[in-house]
Amino acid sequence: MGKRNYSLIGPDARRAVETGLASAEWYHTDVPRKEMKALMKRSDGPAIRDTIVWLGSMAALAGVAVWLWPSAWSIPFFLAYGVLYGSAGDSRWHECGHGTAFKTRWMNDAVYQIASFFMMRNPVTWRWSHARHHTDTIIVGRDPEIAVMRPPDLLRLILNFFGIIDLWHATIDMLRNAAGVVSAEEKTFIPEQEQPKVVRIARIWLAIYAATAATAVYTGSILPFLLIGGPRLYGAWHHVMTGLLQHGGLADNVTDHRLNSRTVYMNPISRFIYWNMNYHVEHHMFPMVPYHALPRLHELIKHDLPAPNTSILDGYREMIPAFLRQLRYEDYFIKRALPPTAKPYRAEFHEVAPQAAAAAAE
Amino acid sequence: MARWVEACGVEDVDEEDLIRFDHEGRTYAIYRSPDDEFYATDGICTHEHAFLSDGLVMDYIIECPKHNGRFDYRTGEAKGAPVCVNLRTYPVKVEDGRVFIDLG
Repeated sequence: MGKRNYSLIGPDARRAVETGLASAEWYHTDVPRKEMKALMKRSDGPAIRDTIVWLGSMAALAGVAVWLWPSAWSIPFFLAYGVLYGSAGDSRWHECGHGTAFKTRWMNDAVYQIASFFMMRNPVTWRWSHARHHTDTIIVGRDPEIAVMRPPDLLRLILNFFGIIDLWHATIDMLRNAAGVVSAEEKTFIPEQEQPKVVRIARIWLAIYAATAATAVYTGSILPFLLIGGPRLYGAWHHVMTGLLQHGGLADNVTDHRLNSRTVYMNPISRFIYWNMNYHVEHHMFPMVPYHALPRLHELIKHDLPAPNTSILDGYREMIPAFLRQLRYEDYFIKRALPPTAKPYRAEFHEVAPQAAAAAAE
Repeated sequence: MARWVEACGVEDVDEEDLIRFDHEGRTYAIYRSPDDEFYATDGICTHEHAFLSDGLVMDYIIECPKHNGRFDYRTGEAKGAPVCVNLRTYPVKVEDGRVFIDLG
């Protein structure tokens, strides 16, 4: 495969449609309907509990941090608050965007709006981009949410641990949308009737940030930005750390989530922040299953999946060397080994995916 | 003009669930509501190609398994992003424990 073009309106996008990679049929592990229904079953309890803990902790941490401000003793409280804002916000945005976190629709929608604001992701735009991510996961030219493109831009990845690149793009997008402009790429996945909502949300957010800036100027303090907007920078590291593991270094242009997604066992605190998205193969294969049921789904289908990485560190030990190798040879990827009990991936597919064949032949 | 086609038996569909019914190259979905009424719609989501029979029925809503798009299966009404186009519905009747849909 030649150099990848990740534009959603570029040559790889056209090729993905022509070769049938776009909107393709994806592999699913067989799960009896009765068991799948039990796994998909919605409930409000777990998400209400977690949301009380999440927002309650944020309020408490912010209160203590403001009370201690400007003492250096406020720093750890801001750092903890920031992770709940700029990282736990990512997983809440994600789960509530799917509409699976709560049984009650308005609860999903309310938390989705809050988390979208925290993450500076326009809730309309990103709902549609994430739908495309699930349709065409890591299909070059189709998936708008590929975190690590090839060859990897390591500086960009490092900067994003502090939210710098994301914040820059989010600010540009917000200002552009607030000016009434929806980009050509956004128009490829946002239906026309939804586009006015993109503009309306951007204008509301711009007003909130303008009020925050006015408060900062009036009080002569950066404190308002440490509470609003700033945590998207200083609290982003955890969601980037876990998010890169989702697909980093794995195959692209394949239609089997076992080969392009990664399940990683994690500590309970990271799983709370990440809302169990460490079970990422399972989530992509069955996005209807709520976060709180993913451990059960994992137990049910793990015989058909690659062995999970045993920790965040284990995942990085696998992923970083792959990134470094992709700097020199961008077709390289980590080929996931399926267990002997698993249904194999359709080998003939590799005949029409030259980059996969090239790397496998190494 | 009505063209009633036998789709399944009453007991083939659990309460608050659905099954897939293929006929003459098309796919339909047959629903059994919580109050034991039967309904029928097209079987593939109007957003992207996904079989609704793999989705989740909650009260009178069918949620697509691919992107969680939601429809009211009684009317076919799309209930929000990412689905925008309504689902086609079909008349249903139950006779002698069998479910028929009108494809006329």
